[in-house]
Amino acid sequence: MSGVSRSKSPMGALVVLAILAVGVIAPFFLSRYQIGLATQILIFGMLAMSIDILVGFTGRTSLGHGAIFGASTYVVLYCVTQSGLSPYLAVLLGIATATVLAAIFALLAVRTNGVYFLLLTLALGMIVWGICLRWTQVTGGENGLRGDIRPKALSDYKDFYWFILALAALVTFGIRRFVQSPFGLTLRGIRDSDSRMRSLGYNVPLHLFIGFTMSGFFAGVAGAFYAFFNNFVSPSTVALTQSVESLLMAIIGGVGTLYGSFIGASALIALQNLVSSHTERWQSVLGITFTLIMIFAPEGIVGKFRALREKYANKH
Amino acid sequence: MDRRQFLQSTAAGLAAAGTGLQPMRAMAQGEPIRIGLMAPLTGVIASGGKEMVEGTQFWFEKINYQIAGRKVELIIEDDASNPDTALQKARRLVEQNNVHFLTGNLLANTGLAVANYVKGTGTPYFIPIIAADELTQRGRIPNVIRTAGYSGSAFPRPLADWALKQGYKRIATISQDYTFGHEQCGGFSQVFTEGGGTIVQQFWHPLNTADFSPYLGQIADLKIDALFVMETGADATRFTQQFNSFGLKGKIPLLGAMNMTDQSVIRTMGPEVEGIISAAHFAEGADISATKEFVEAYTKKYEKIPSLYGFSMYSGMMWVSRAIEKLGGKVEDKAALIEAVLKTELTDSPLGKPVKLDAYGNPIYDVYIRKVTKRADGKFWNVPVETYPAVSQFWKYDPEAFMKEPAFSRNYQGVKKS
Amino acid sequence: MSLFQLLNGLTFAALLFVVASGFTLIFGLLRIVNLAHGALYLFGGYIGFTIATKIGSFTLGIVGAMAAVAVMGFALNEGLLRFVRGFELRQVLLSLGVAFVLNDMSLVIWGGDSFTVPIPEELTGGFRVFGTFYPKYRLFVLLMGVLIFIGLWVLINKTRLGALIRAGVDDAEMVEAAGINIQRVFLMTFLLGSALAGMGGVMGGAFLSLYPSADSEILVFSLAIVIIGGRGSLIGVGVGSLMVGLLNTLGQVMFPELAYFVIFGPMAAILAFRPMGLFGKAV
Repeated sequence: MSGVSRSKSPMGALVVLAILAVGVIAPFFLSRYQIGLATQILIFGMLAMSIDILVGFTGRTSLGHGAIFGASTYVVLYCVTQSGLSPYLAVLLGIATATVLAAIFALLAVRTNGVYFLLLTLALGMIVWGICLRWTQVTGGENGLRGDIRPKALSDYKDFYWFILALAALVTFGIRRFVQSPFGLTLRGIRDSDSRMRSLGYNVPLHLFIGFTMSGFFAGVAGAFYAFFNNFVSPSTVALTQSVESLLMAIIGGVGTLYGSFIGASALIALQNLVSSHTERWQSVLGITFTLIMIFAPEGIVGKFRALREKYANKH
Repeated sequence: MDRRQFLQSTAAGLAAAGTGLQPMRAMAQGEPIRIGLMAPLTGVIASGGKEMVEGTQFWFEKINYQIAGRKVELIIEDDASNPDTALQKARRLVEQNNVHFLTGNLLANTGLAVANYVKGTGTPYFIPIIAADELTQRGRIPNVIRTAGYSGSAFPRPLADWALKQGYKRIATISQDYTFGHEQCGGFSQVFTEGGGTIVQQFWHPLNTADFSPYLGQIADLKIDALFVMETGADATRFTQQFNSFGLKGKIPLLGAMNMTDQSVIRTMGPEVEGIISAAHFAEGADISATKEFVEAYTKKYEKIPSLYGFSMYSGMMWVSRAIEKLGGKVEDKAALIEAVLKTELTDSPLGKPVKLDAYGNPIYDVYIRKVTKRADGKFWNVPVETYPAVSQFWKYDPEAFMKEPAFSRNYQGVKKS
Repeated sequence: MSLFQLLNGLTFAALLFVVASGFTLIFGLLRIVNLAHGALYLFGGYIGFTIATKIGSFTLGIVGAMAAVAVMGFALNEGLLRFVRGFELRQVLLSLGVAFVLNDMSLVIWGGDSFTVPIPEELTGGFRVFGTFYPKYRLFVLLMGVLIFIGLWVLINKTRLGALIRAGVDDAEMVEAAGINIQRVFLMTFLLGSALAGMGGVMGGAFLSLYPSADSEILVFSLAIVIIGGRGSLIGVGVGSLMVGLLNTLGQVMFPELAYFVIFGPMAAILAFRPMGLFGKAV
């Protein structure tokens, strides 16, 4: 994994700008429904990218991020529909909740690694799901919470899309800076060898704690604006499936590539929307795709592309 | 509609969208009437979803996919038993496929999510299955109408009245812990306690409870005259099975919510279901020619006795079709369509008697007290034993006064304090 | 807790033990967290149901389901997992993909109705246990759980295969270096673990019934048990099953609103403070 440093080249920057430009003008060419899909892709791309901080840069695979993401969504909907707070304040509270939740997860999880980390985050996510399902007075139980909560300024679907696009660009920039900072380099060191970093005198658990909490913060950002997008939340937003799907997005795109998250999100959401209207067997399609990716391209789409390019460059 | 036709329409939609051009939607009579049907074809209640599709197709095949001279294009989407997916599919149907109206969904949370969405778009949304009280009561959305559906708390009320007549004094309830359960138990408890009965205890358990034995132990010790059970799907199967294996069948009479003894549940079961009492507007074993005709034709085609899901979608779509006929096929005017549906009285449904909607978009039915009975061929079905005519979703209360009371929840069950 | 509720907890624990022991064997030796284990359970249950209703023999149903699911395990191990051998996370995620496919296939084959595996006449009805009526079948499940525990204990502690498995759990490379074909041991374990899932499916299918999503419910319970008990430990899975089974019953009776918390709270605590579980060994 060569990490994100590659796109430091001027070419890389140009490509990023070009993609961003396409993103900005896209609404003029797309239908309302497609803009909705694009918005969704951006939101889930942010979530997948927050997971990539952990998977790609600390070597810890989380199956609890759906719960962190959804907790933020729940808080935003609760604050606006039940407590009558302003949606902007609600977003801040939602992100804060997700960050605190991630910190709690992190406290429990930093001592583990590998499969145990995966299982622990899965269990913690299950607890959050259980609470959302059973604490009916607050969460609305199985039926969830709903209401028209998106602020007036963003009520137009195109404006909302541009807003989310800008947000996604900002989040991507933020995460990139984070993983390329000296702190991020230490995280990569931990990914490659826990014990070496320990013997070099680094406080590994503290680094992981901060990394996890940051990751939760970004997941919370995505979750808060998902509340604006859907105007609705139910336990399925915090369920294991949500964690699994967002992890899939990060993996399909390419672990440790950051940008890949958006590609993974596009692939998965396209699959769900297009395949599912042609066949009821979309779950099989999803499962088979995932199995094949694990066997043939575990580095994901972007990772595979980079590997091929490197191979090509080395030959010439 | 077969899959090929379906693919074509999707492909056409995609092609149009791909070039960035919105297809011109002329309001010409030559255009088909586009109907968006959402059903859970995967997930926990996939079998119910499949029957919803069957019931809908069964109706449209009967009228050759033609209403008032216009072709019907049925677009089917899987809501995956998940509200987020349902919402996504509703957006797709409305914004991409430009359907004239939406229908379907099975789980309350999927229906509520879609209802919240159509509140903003004004798209007519017909819900033959979604039973959440609030949609035709406190949280009414004008373009959401329960054609051939029913509200959660409505049918347990006559059942409670019937239970009082049997001389039952002490009853406990057990239910899945979510709004649909709260509403059914609430309707039952309210009428039962107002009539002088006592609700001894109420058990709430999570959806998909694998093992009911902890509850059964407590129920056996309660010394009750009967038990009101509100279970759907696999929980209903398991509860009845385990109730029987713990030797409680025959000792404590079971009164069930209609889902409890629906064909979708009892068709895979045996003698343990016999004798369970429930209340509903539809009884597949009713001795009424319209019902018999429907049940026979449906059984012949799909090789199973129709469940609530098949029946409700069939009748719900019949209702909307009759209204569209009155409009001469003009489905483009949303307000007129809603108005027409509200005013339509359904006369030729499998129920065999006329049904109309109240001012809140909820049907008023004659409600049967039904008993699960063995047929000559060994299968089980629900046979009416008594009828309560013209039951309103507000029972005998004044609607305005009723809606001032809190909605049913775990903590508010309308129990009269004695 | 009354005797009745204790029995409820124990019988549920016995079923969980059957399923989770297969899970932990595979996890312990092959280092694979097989997230398709729940799907194998459900498949096994459906196959057992089909055999038991068509042929009318519960025993044949169990045997058939075990054999069929073992074959599926063989295909999974030899056909797919082989390609990702040694990559822990890829294995986990691959098995998840397989679980998606298997669940969808069972929906295609058996539809989404809930089925209950018919039980033999001798096991219907119940006994009076100290004044409380208790179903025979559930006591049978309890007995089976105990028998399988003993069987596995003997297998692991008294046989050559067991010795290899034990050695393999501690250090697979050492076993290989000693000239043993560890791959065959792996395969045997995988088959055994899968067969146990299939058996659990039939046993569970007779009183918990079979329906879509039953797979993930049982999987989550199995995960909790293995996390509590520790990787590859038979005692651990026994203790874990008892804890989860009893906590589940206790939770439903005493804290219905916290039903999930009662199971996953202790599990998270154990994992946080003893990451390897109560009886797991550090790798």
